[in-house]
Amino acid sequence: MSQSLDQIFVSAKQWILSLLSGTPDWVTTIVSILINISALLGVFLTIFALISVLERKILGRMQNRYGPNRVGPFGLFQPVADGIKMLIKEDVVPARADKVVHFLAPILVAATAILTLGVIPYGRNMTPFAIDGGILFFFAVGSTTELAVFMAGWGSNNKFSMLGAMRAIAQMVSYELPLIVTTLPVVMVAGALSPDAIIAAQDGYSFGIVPHWFVTTPWGAAAFILFFVSGLVESNRTPFDVPEGESEIVAGHMTEYSGFKYATFFLAEYFGMFAISGLAVTLFLGGWHAPIAVLQFIPSYIWFFLKLSALLFVYIWIRGTLPRTRVDQIMNFAWKFMLPMAFTCIIAAAVWHYQGRGLAGWLWSLAVITIVYLTLSLLLETKKKFAPRTYRFVE
Amino acid sequence: MPSFLFWLFAGVMLIFGALVIINRNPIASALSLVVCFLGLAALFMSLDAFFIGIIQVLVYAGAVMVLFLFIIMLLDLRAEERRTMNWVAFTGGFVVAVSLLVQILAVISRTQMAKQTFPPLASPQTDDVRNVGLLLFGHYNLPFQVIGVLILVATVGVIVLSKRQLR
Repeated sequence: MSQSLDQIFVSAKQWILSLLSGTPDWVTTIVSILINISALLGVFLTIFALISVLERKILGRMQNRYGPNRVGPFGLFQPVADGIKMLIKEDVVPARADKVVHFLAPILVAATAILTLGVIPYGRNMTPFAIDGGILFFFAVGSTTELAVFMAGWGSNNKFSMLGAMRAIAQMVSYELPLIVTTLPVVMVAGALSPDAIIAAQDGYSFGIVPHWFVTTPWGAAAFILFFVSGLVESNRTPFDVPEGESEIVAGHMTEYSGFKYATFFLAEYFGMFAISGLAVTLFLGGWHAPIAVLQFIPSYIWFFLKLSALLFVYIWIRGTLPRTRVDQIMNFAWKFMLPMAFTCIIAAAVWHYQGRGLAGWLWSLAVITIVYLTLSLLLETKKKFAPRTYRFVE
Repeated sequence: MPSFLFWLFAGVMLIFGALVIINRNPIASALSLVVCFLGLAALFMSLDAFFIGIIQVLVYAGAVMVLFLFIIMLLDLRAEERRTMNWVAFTGGFVVAVSLLVQILAVISRTQMAKQTFPPLASPQTDDVRNVGLLLFGHYNLPFQVIGVLILVATVGVIVLSKRQLR
């Protein structure tokens, strides 16, 4: 029973494909791909609509107010109202803008966000686009987002857009390094670049209650935290949302976009957040595996989406808690702390592996990470509570 | 892969490759170059070389082009757009390009290897990431390490050069 419930979506797809059994192969292939795409878009557009209203409600609660509660029961139809408003707004294109580039940027940014969602396994046998180098594909497509941001900033022909795009690209390029380097220990330990193989490597439980997820090892926990912080930066979320700091540069690279194009940027940002969280779940939180052995009867996709929503809640929680950081603080943090710690994770994972992946390895890798962490914090300590700001190039 | 996809991507590559040099606007040229790289990645993937194709996108379309665009942003764009056509340079370039094309065609028409089709890969299902890794860390290990040291030297050099006047 639980087996068939677990595979219900896979069986449904097989059933639809079996209706087409008399047709040539390419029809089946195309229909199969279309089913995957529409399922992906349907699920994530629904989550997007839900999260946009839930975020406002949770933030409201954190700031001691109600949040949206007028449209529909508990304000749940707010995304519909927002969507209609966005669709009927006038689409303004600046007179001096590069029309083609200005038009293509939101399309490219949304396309890359949707493509990155494709390689993540959402449940047992439920990977929309299963390829060997899935992790690499994720980062290759993700790095194209920088080009889209550049196109938006440059095509708008506005100094705020340009400044926002430069800030966004600078921080994305800087944090892409720790993001990719922290996935390396996982890839090394699992010995595979495909998300399905990485999830298979995290199968099993110690004593039936401790799952063999990579986050339960010291290097995995450190890498998970680093990955999560880099993910915050890559998706331009608070406290790293300087590219669209309203009080400084209006809305960054999105300043000159209105109506549906602005909504597309908004959507792409949330889809990017889902993709990074989904990859974090896949790499460190055991993907669709249940947290304890006795709960394995619950379908795999439910576990995946529970973990995803837990991570999304942390995103919103952080947004409600922390103020915006400065640009120079973000850059220093990336190069002086994140990158050395990311490399340490690789060494700690190697120590863990060569100590036999047991308790001894666990303690040794914890020792490696602790030593490097303490050394780094000693070296980076400025002894001053507030270092004076230096303006090197403005004299 | 169906051959029409090869012609599609090859055509896209040629068109955007030409646009790189035809465009007056440096940013438009750079963006055309990105499309050209993406077409090349698609061609690699059609040869079952997924890894090379993805690395092509990651390194060239992702990292190198962002660097190009950053540098172009720091230059004076208007000067390039105002520049008029230099007929002497144009004629010289045209002659060189045509003679190069004639030469390549002549060499290809005389080589025996160009007349026969290449044999297919030993097994199209092989794990190409593993193959690249084995070759890189096995047979070509020493050159790989040397390149690593070279890049480190370049990085240190850049830091020394850029920090000099700040002291």
